[in-house]
Amino acid sequence: MSEGQKEFKIATGDRAILPEGTRLVPIYIMGKRYMVPETLTIQKATEYAGYQFIRACGCRGGICGACGTVYRILGDYHLHFGLACQTVVQENMYLTQVPFFPANRAVYNIEETSATAESIMKLYPEVMKCVACNTCTKACPMDIEVMEYVNAAMRGDLAKVARLSFDCIQCGLCSSRCPAQIQHFHLAQMCRRLYARYKVPQAEHLQNRVGEINEHKYDTLLLDLVGSDHDTLRKLYVDREMEPQDSVGWEPQDKTKL
Amino acid sequence: MGYTPEMLELIKRVEKSRPERIERAKKGEHFTPLTLAGREEVLGKFHPDYKKEGRRAVKVGPSKGESYPDEFVDLLESKSRLLVDDAALQDLVAYETDVLVIGGGGAGTSAALLAAEHGAKVVLATKLRHGDANTVMAEGGIQGATQEVDSPYFHYLDVIGGGHFTNTPELVEALTHDAPLVIEWLERLGMMFDKNADGRLRVRHGGGTSRKRMHSAGDMTGSEIMRVLRDEARNRQDMITILEFSAAVEILKDTQGRCAGALFYNMETEEYFAIRAKATVVATGGYGRLHVQGFATTNHYGATADGLVIGYRAGVPLAFMHSTQYHPTGVAFPEQNIGLLITEKVRGLGANLLNINGEQFVFEREPRDVESACIIQECLDRNKGIITPTGRIGVWLDSPMIEVLEGPGAVKQELPAKYIQFMRYDIDISKVPMLVYPTLHYQNGGLQINNLTETGVPGLFGAGEASGGVHGENRLMGNSLLDITVFGRRAGRSAAEYVKGLENQSSTLTMDHVRQFHAELQAAGVETNRVSPLVLPNYTREETMEKQLTTHYQGGMR
Repeated sequence: MSEGQKEFKIATGDRAILPEGTRLVPIYIMGKRYMVPETLTIQKATEYAGYQFIRACGCRGGICGACGTVYRILGDYHLHFGLACQTVVQENMYLTQVPFFPANRAVYNIEETSATAESIMKLYPEVMKCVACNTCTKACPMDIEVMEYVNAAMRGDLAKVARLSFDCIQCGLCSSRCPAQIQHFHLAQMCRRLYARYKVPQAEHLQNRVGEINEHKYDTLLLDLVGSDHDTLRKLYVDREMEPQDSVGWEPQDKTKL
Repeated sequence: MGYTPEMLELIKRVEKSRPERIERAKKGEHFTPLTLAGREEVLGKFHPDYKKEGRRAVKVGPSKGESYPDEFVDLLESKSRLLVDDAALQDLVAYETDVLVIGGGGAGTSAALLAAEHGAKVVLATKLRHGDANTVMAEGGIQGATQEVDSPYFHYLDVIGGGHFTNTPELVEALTHDAPLVIEWLERLGMMFDKNADGRLRVRHGGGTSRKRMHSAGDMTGSEIMRVLRDEARNRQDMITILEFSAAVEILKDTQGRCAGALFYNMETEEYFAIRAKATVVATGGYGRLHVQGFATTNHYGATADGLVIGYRAGVPLAFMHSTQYHPTGVAFPEQNIGLLITEKVRGLGANLLNINGEQFVFEREPRDVESACIIQECLDRNKGIITPTGRIGVWLDSPMIEVLEGPGAVKQELPAKYIQFMRYDIDISKVPMLVYPTLHYQNGGLQINNLTETGVPGLFGAGEASGGVHGENRLMGNSLLDITVFGRRAGRSAAEYVKGLENQSSTLTMDHVRQFHAELQAAGVETNRVSPLVLPNYTREETMEKQLTTHYQGGMR
C-alpha cells in the first residue's frame, strides 16, 4: 500500500477480489457442506456456494431484517443468531436462514387507540405470559434488550419501550424463540407509534406551517419560481442567504419569502 | 480484523493534522467551496455520467436515441419474459382491484395508503418482502421547510440549484409545497422524529441546503418511515391486500390502450398470474443493482429497474436516465460492507475528507455529484487515495472529529447504526476514520411523470425513484425520502380519482403493445436472446453457472 502510480484492479460490483492466499473453510448450509472463503459474510458465502436468494436477502446492509440466521458450530450445542449479511462465516458453521416467521399481529386504529397499558393488554394479552427467560434478548441480532422492553410494555411505560426497541429491524428472531409466544416486534412497533403520537408533544411550528400552506401562502412565490428563466434562478440561488452551522437565534435579513 | 497495520500507520497522518483542522472548524472556517464554474469543471472531467465509454443510444421505444448506460440499454433492448395471447390472458387473472401498486417500498406504500384513503381497493404487489426496499436504507433524513426561518421558496431554490437548474419545475414545486404536509402526516402516523422536549422538530443542514431542514429519526430515518408506513398499511387490510414475492414482468393494457393491470411472476411457485386493475402505480425504485460501470452500490437487492423496463415497453418515455447519482461516501473498507452508504450526516456534523497525507482536498458539503467527482479526482488523477488489500481505493472520512466538535459520545449517539456496523469488524469510528469511495446510489431519472404522477399512458402512474425529473441531474440529501412520500401520496390520490372518473370499462386484456415492441426491436436490427425485466441480480459465480448446465438464463434466473 503506497501512493500510487501502479495499476490496481478495482473490484467490481458485489464480487470481491479475494486477497491472495484466502483460506477456504467448510460451512454447512441446511446440513450440506460447502467450502467458502473465510472472510465472506454468510450471505456472500451462500452465493459463493451457488445459491441464488429469493427470500432471505434484502438490503444486504443490516437494516431490512430479511436475513435472520440461526447457526451452531459443529460439536457445540449453543445456538447463535445473526444477520446473514453482517455475520462473517466461521469454520464448521451449521446454519439456516429464517426468512419468515408466522407472528400474530393485532390490527388497531391509531386514531382510536390510547397510549396506555390497557391498549397493550387488549391487543397483545400474551405479553403477560412472559416467563422472563430472556431468550428473546439473546436471539436479537441488533443487541436490543427485548425482554426489558416487554417488561416496560407490561407496565405501560411506552417511552421505555420506544427507546429500547428503536433499533428493531423486525426480523422476527425474538418471536421465533419465545416460549410464551409473544410477538415482540409487532408489539414494539405499535408502542413506538403510540408513544410518538400521544406521549411526545406534536410540533407547533409544523402545524403553523401546514396552516400557511393550506391557506395558499406560498402558491404565488412558488409559481414565480416555476416561471423563472435559468439566469434569474441562478442569480437567486447564488444570492440566497445561508443559515450558519451554529445558528441559534439566527434570522435572515430578507424575510419577504418566509 | 479492523484496519491493517499499514492502514493504521497512514491514520497517524490523519491524527497529526486533526488538531489544527478542529481549531479551524471551531472558528467557523472551512475548506473553500468551489465556485459554480469550478464545480462544472471537476464534474466534466471526473464524474462517471460525463464519460463517453460505457454508454450508448437506445435504438427502440419512446426515448429512442437517448444515451444511457450499457447495462440499462441492454434491459431496454430485450424481449418480454413471455407473451400470452389475449384469450389466455383472461384465464391468468388472479386478482381484480381498483388500484394496483407495483412496489412495496416507501413510494408504493404511501400510494397504497392514499388510494385507500380516497376509497379505492388496493392490491400492493412486490417481488421481495413488503418494505424490503431502498427506503429502509436511507439514513440521514427527510427535508421539509418546517422552520420559521425557512420556506418552500428556499427549498425550491436549493433543489433546483443542486440539480444544476435542469429539474422539471412543476415537480420541484410539488415536492417543496407538499414537504411540510408530508412531515405532518408522518408525525400524525406516529413516526419518532428527533425532537426537542417541547416537540420542536430538530433540523440540520445537508449538502446544498441554505436553511436547516433535514429531519431525522436517529440514523434510521428511512427505516423508521418504512416501519411506520408498513404498519399502517397492515392496519388497513380491509382496503389493502399485500402480495409479496410477486414480481411484475409486464404492464397489461385494454383494447382502448389504457393500462389495465400487470402480469406477475410468483417467485416461489414460478407461476405467472395477472392482476386486473383500473389504475396502476409503478413504484419499483431504481437500478443500483445493475452495477453501472462496475461501481459498488448502496442499493437494495431488488433494485433492478423492472418498473422502468415494463413501463417503457408500455410506451412511457424516460426522463433524466442519463444521470446517476454516485454517493460520495460509500464504504471502501472492510470488504464485508463494500458500497454501503455512510450518511451525509457524518459530514454535516463536521467530519473532513482527507487524502493519504491527511490533507483536506474538498469542502465537505458540496452537492453530492461534485463531492464524488472531487474524490475520484483525488484518487485516480492525483493518486492520493488509500488502496485496500482487496483492490479498492478510498479517502478518509474523519469521524473522530465529531467527538471533539459535538462532545464525547456524539458518534455513538448521532450515528448508532453506523457505529454498530463498523464495530462488528472491530473498527471504532469514534476513534479512527472511515475509508470511503463513491458508490452507485441513486437513479436521478425514471419514467416521465407530471405533477399528478400521470405518465401519459391512461391509468398508469409513476412515483418515487422509478420516476424522473424532480431532482434534475442531481439530488440533494433528504429529498429522496421526501420524493417517495410526496409523489407516492400524489400517485395514490391521482389513481383513486382516476378510477372514480372511469366510465366505460373495457374488459379485454392484451399484450399487443409488447408485440409491437418486439416488432420494433426487429426493425431496428436488435438481434438478441436477452429477456427483461431482470427481477434479481446474478451473483452466482461463473464456475457454478458452468456446472448448472442451464441452456438459458432469464436475467439471473434459470
